[in-house]
Amino acid sequence: MGIVFVLAAEEAVANSWFYENAWLIPALPAASFVLILFFGKRLPFKGAELGIAAVGTAFVLAVLTTFTWIGDIQAGGESEEEHSLIVDGGETVAVALTAEEGEEGHGATRGAPIVTEVEWFGIGTDANRVTLGSEANVSEGAAATEDHGEEAVAAEDDHSEDDEAHATESLASKFSVPIGTIVDGQSVMLLFVVTFISFLVHVYSTEYVKGDRRFTHYFAFLSLFTAAMLFMVLSSSTLQLIVGWELVGVCSFVLIGHWWEEKPNSDAALKAFFTNRVGDVGILVGMSILYFAADRSFSITTINEMAVSGAIEQRTLLIAGLCLMAAVMSKSGQFILHTWLPDAMAGPTPVSALIHAATMVVAGVYLIGRMYAVFFVGFGMDGGTLNAMAFIGGLTTVGGGLLAFVQNDIKKVLAYSTVSQLGYMVLALGVGAYTAGMFHLFTHAFFKACLFLGAGSLSHACHHSFDMKAEMGGLRKKMPITFATFVIGSLALAGIPPLAGFWSKDEILAGAGVWPGTDGNGTFTIPFIFGVITAALTAAYMTRTIWLVFFGEYRGHSHPHESPPVMSIPLVVLAFMAVTVGFLNMPGPFVSSIGLPEGWAHRFEDWVEPAGISTFPGIAHANPSLTLAIFATLCAVGAATLVWLYYRRLYALDPKATEYSADTNGLASRIAPLAVGHTILEKKYYLDHLYTDIIAGGAKGPVARAVNWSDQNILDGVVDTVGKTAVVVGRFVYRFIDQGAIDGTVNNSGRTADSIGQILRGIQTGQVRQYATLLFGAAAGLVGVFILFV
Amino acid sequence: MFLNQFLFLAAILFCIGIYGVLTRKNGVLVLMSIELILNSVNINLVAFGAYHQHIAGQVFALFVIAVAAAEVGVGLAIVLLIYRNRRSINVAEANLLKG
Repeated sequence: MGIVFVLAAEEAVANSWFYENAWLIPALPAASFVLILFFGKRLPFKGAELGIAAVGTAFVLAVLTTFTWIGDIQAGGESEEEHSLIVDGGETVAVALTAEEGEEGHGATRGAPIVTEVEWFGIGTDANRVTLGSEANVSEGAAATEDHGEEAVAAEDDHSEDDEAHATESLASKFSVPIGTIVDGQSVMLLFVVTFISFLVHVYSTEYVKGDRRFTHYFAFLSLFTAAMLFMVLSSSTLQLIVGWELVGVCSFVLIGHWWEEKPNSDAALKAFFTNRVGDVGILVGMSILYFAADRSFSITTINEMAVSGAIEQRTLLIAGLCLMAAVMSKSGQFILHTWLPDAMAGPTPVSALIHAATMVVAGVYLIGRMYAVFFVGFGMDGGTLNAMAFIGGLTTVGGGLLAFVQNDIKKVLAYSTVSQLGYMVLALGVGAYTAGMFHLFTHAFFKACLFLGAGSLSHACHHSFDMKAEMGGLRKKMPITFATFVIGSLALAGIPPLAGFWSKDEILAGAGVWPGTDGNGTFTIPFIFGVITAALTAAYMTRTIWLVFFGEYRGHSHPHESPPVMSIPLVVLAFMAVTVGFLNMPGPFVSSIGLPEGWAHRFEDWVEPAGISTFPGIAHANPSLTLAIFATLCAVGAATLVWLYYRRLYALDPKATEYSADTNGLASRIAPLAVGHTILEKKYYLDHLYTDIIAGGAKGPVARAVNWSDQNILDGVVDTVGKTAVVVGRFVYRFIDQGAIDGTVNNSGRTADSIGQILRGIQTGQVRQYATLLFGAAAGLVGVFILFV
Repeated sequence: MFLNQFLFLAAILFCIGIYGVLTRKNGVLVLMSIELILNSVNINLVAFGAYHQHIAGQVFALFVIAVAAAEVGVGLAIVLLIYRNRRSINVAEANLLKG
């Protein structure tokens, strides 16, 4: 079996346990899924405790892995010697993942991915392995994968001296699919985020879905969802990544449709699933292209390495990248496939938090990061001005931000905000600002989870409604903890310094390389403009949300109260993270200017972004700019202030109003173009109409008619003919064979037996003497015969 | 040796036995007639054994006597049961097997 042991030099060996056993992290929630499904209902807490325990343990493992990783990075020097060894039945192949010298500013190589793999399945095994490996080794591997593999291997063994080269070239000898884990900065970061958020969501859910009829089922799938995301994050091969990707999709389908009894909920689940299917075609095609381009390899490290070294043509990478981009668009809710995301709010709120913060939607962004070499080289980000990824990201970030304005449902505001922020991440990755994109993913996870769980807390208090206009307002006094955490989350989202969102957003804007003195990978003017607009939009719509929910007069009909601690404590934890995580990646000049030690600067970048290794493109780092930071912050604050003033004035006119009406003379009623814009936004750019009415509706009529025609004429014709023939044949068989031959034989034999019996009956008189007479008569007759003829 | 005489005697006995079996209505008499038939066979066996100077004939005769004893035992038991059920041992009346 091709077990790949990863050995880093000296000290690292002692710590490598966490790297080699990273598979435990997804395995734990997966095991808990099975256990909850089978035994959950009999447990005292209906399976919730199993899920919490499994995810909690996974979180502890993830934290330990994170610290091991950070320790190795900080150790620094040793990493130069770090290399992976493939130990395989005595054969040792050194894979130089970190061979190249560092070309970046931060010194030597660091952050090389550590791959631990076993063979998943394969057809035939590597010819070299046969000649060099021991016989037992070979047969074990072959028997596990293929029935007649052993024979084939034995046959190859005989001739391998002669045509070893030929065997190596053939497809069969190369087709081996490994399954394994990849541990590097990016996956470690996501392991931490996913397990952390998932743990809090599990805890929070015990209260939120208490008494639900499918409580156990809910926790089982929450576990599976977490496991699927962790599995995807740790994938070392593209095939494995696709499996994880689809698993995430299925789990989101199940959880969005948790309350499927109501039609809109099951519709939303289907919409999420189908929209993702559109993108899944992209990932299949893209990965297939890469598989063949990378000389038939599923290995992510190999593909990245070949992309960096130029072994794969740039045009091939561009096509593969565009295909993968389609997958990213559907999974990460990018324009124009984002439409499922707001509908996914039909699921329970903690699920929304999980989907939007840690799992599912970040899968797409993660994919870009994982295959970054493909995108970076394919889209020609080095020195570029615009590319598909940056443009889609920019369009999404503004489009989503605008849509968030017209939503009355607090969860939909947050959903569009997620769309917008995901656009930001994709934009960052599109302009070559890898760390900025990943850092935004990281910070966004915390404050968006905080906001979603806050929205859940609000709805828990307000009749399970999410309608800001009808059921909320003036809640700041009634729900102080929710209010405080929600505001912190919003400020972080809006990018107000010094909260988390500010640092990541600022880095993205700098990464576009437009602002004087930033010097990114290129000059991405259009994405930069989109980014600045969104910075303002974000602040504005969050101000609107906070006003509608927490200020003004209460418009609902219940008596809102603060949520229990099991819900509010996760909120506080997340709010704390939303305040602090931004400090992980402060720019160097800022750190030195306020007198902090040098080591505090761009730590996240050191930990997450690899440098000087062969599997990661050599990307340029934009310089931070103080003027840009001030400008972006002013945009955000200015927009927020405008919205605030707007609602202050409205409040003065009517304390319970939520919008300007014809009487109060709002902007939209006065200015016609604004009214048109408002309508377009309310109709969500008519994309749903385009999909359901025009594309699906246009296609389904002709398709249905064609199918009906073929059904009536071809299928029914065949079926009818078969049926009619069968009837004719049946009649013939019945009349002639069954009735004539078979029944005739049976009846006649019966009749014959009967008539013979009737004749013989006369002899049977019951008189013993008569029988004796017959006996003796017969004997005498026989004697006569013998005497006469013998 | 006068084999003829013995065979003649046996034939006469046999025919008397047959006649008895076929004509008697009394079950016991039928059994007695069967006994005659058997004994005629015994005479044949012994006669041929003596004629051929061979012991086998007499041995077979002994077997036949033993078998005849057993047969009479069974036959008389049957007659007894018929009598108990019907208060008669007339074999003409025992015609339950009439088809």
